[in-house]
Amino acid sequence: MPPSRAAPILVPIHAILLSFPIALFSSAAMADVTYLNTAEIQWTNFAQWAITGALVFGAPVVVLAIVDAIRRRKTGSARAAFTYLGLTAGMWVLGLIDAFKHSQDAWSSVEFGGLFLSLSCTILAIAAGWMTFSTIGSGDRA
Amino acid sequence: MTVARSVAAATATALSLVLAACGGSPNVRDTGPEPQLPDIRQHLVPTIKVARPTGWGDAVPTVPAGFHVVPFATDLRIPRQMLVLPNGDVLVAEGRGGNEPKLRPKDVIAGYIKGLGNTNVEGGDRLTLLRDANGDGRPEARTVFINGLDAPYGLALVGDNLYVAEQGALLRFPYSAGQTAIPRSSGVEVTKLPGEVNHHWTKSLTASADGQRLYVGIGSNSNVGERGMEIEGDRAMVWEIDPASGAHRTYATGIRNPTALAINPWTRGLWAVANERDEIGAQLVPDYLTSVQPGAFYGWPWSYWGKNVDPRPRPQNPAMVARAIAPDFALGTHVAALGLTFASGQGMGGQYHEGAFVGQHGSWNRPDFAGYKVSWVPFRSGHPAGAKQDFVTGFLVNGKARGRPVGVTFDGARTALYVADDLSNTIWRVSPAAQTSMR
Repeated sequence: MPPSRAAPILVPIHAILLSFPIALFSSAAMADVTYLNTAEIQWTNFAQWAITGALVFGAPVVVLAIVDAIRRRKTGSARAAFTYLGLTAGMWVLGLIDAFKHSQDAWSSVEFGGLFLSLSCTILAIAAGWMTFSTIGSGDRA
Repeated sequence: MTVARSVAAATATALSLVLAACGGSPNVRDTGPEPQLPDIRQHLVPTIKVARPTGWGDAVPTVPAGFHVVPFATDLRIPRQMLVLPNGDVLVAEGRGGNEPKLRPKDVIAGYIKGLGNTNVEGGDRLTLLRDANGDGRPEARTVFINGLDAPYGLALVGDNLYVAEQGALLRFPYSAGQTAIPRSSGVEVTKLPGEVNHHWTKSLTASADGQRLYVGIGSNSNVGERGMEIEGDRAMVWEIDPASGAHRTYATGIRNPTALAINPWTRGLWAVANERDEIGAQLVPDYLTSVQPGAFYGWPWSYWGKNVDPRPRPQNPAMVARAIAPDFALGTHVAALGLTFASGQGMGGQYHEGAFVGQHGSWNRPDFAGYKVSWVPFRSGHPAGAKQDFVTGFLVNGKARGRPVGVTFDGARTALYVADDLSNTIWRVSPAAQTSMR
């Protein structure tokens, strides 16, 4: 019997944690679009809290991805583990830059750069989610 | 804008994050009537450098040769502005205002960091009276003059009426010479003042030369409109108030934070010091000293130092930018000018006989410290004439702040300059050395 990839309870926790950046970075990107269309300041405030939430819930995801990559580094699934780590770590670092960008005042808090970063984080979060959730029900987690 | 250019821009901002600590060029002339205005530099992480507090011990501030400085009063509760009454008594407004909600993560973090450079003492919400009848620099009486106020700041005396500008209202108290206390209940509200949010809460105050009008300076509710323009409708402006009826008209607009007002003794016109916007570079935008022209617009938030457009407030407003005029005299970027008093006649003596003293609280948005001192701006024929000079220094030592100057008040009848220090909670009294040695 192959060793469990992680303690069983960590698998659903990991998946639930990852769903926050997926939802929050995409919310931030949509709020950014709306701010750029309306110049209504509350939309950039929404985006800033969404990004902050994505970073808070995203941080343990990256930690778990690091642990997973170390554990699987000499197995056949090492490549997938490092790809997943790259996606989540990239998402988090770009998200941090996005948070600082959004801390500038008024129009400077978004502009094209802020929207570009929010969209990039959204794509990376969805890609990481695709990798994680595509194994659900396939039985290879046993 | 192409994606490639955006990536390059994002990389550049990331680099500026790393380079932010290196600061800007120190060679930019940021004082005088025509300051140099470098290009806007927005950092990913705003440059925040706060001087942590340290005590004075037995030390006192540094004053020029021929002058003498003593702690006039200590253990106050956040002294801000002062008023010298005709009999020489000194009133001190003490308190801390503002009640802005934290709208975004930055408000939480920046508020904490800036708080590291402030006193832990709770604001007094009162006026304290200091009486030094024999002029030896040591008050022999000290009383709570008016208690139970709400962040009092600006003070003015017109005849028998004492006016106090709280953070949300202008009050009038009857005053008779020699009084050492006035009951709060004798105060009458002349008018409400804009008090919502109160990001910049200080309400500066002065009376016109003939005493017929009062002027109140009202700061903006944001750095540059990032709380939305709806709450800026009656902010960043100076009101002219009829003290009898409480009616007001807008006297001048676009002044981001007019922290001190005073009547120019030569022109009899209204002058102000004001704090300009942050986060577009260490060398932008200079705080300033200016005459306040009736009806004029000084740029905030759409533009700075005249018609230099700020890209941050949207939608932009070219019509207002076209109206914007530049102030008279730059005091330096991020110095946080909070005090203004004119010296005329004999002044303080020596070269300090015709000009203005300016108290500067000190910077947070520069990699190097600026302000943290009281400066002298020489005047001739009622206008600034010559370079800004240090007058009271020594507030910084080894990168720590022993004090932070706020209000400055010149007492011409007794030849003394009072400086309120809201970090060490002290009033400093500067006087010619010869005068003190005679005591």
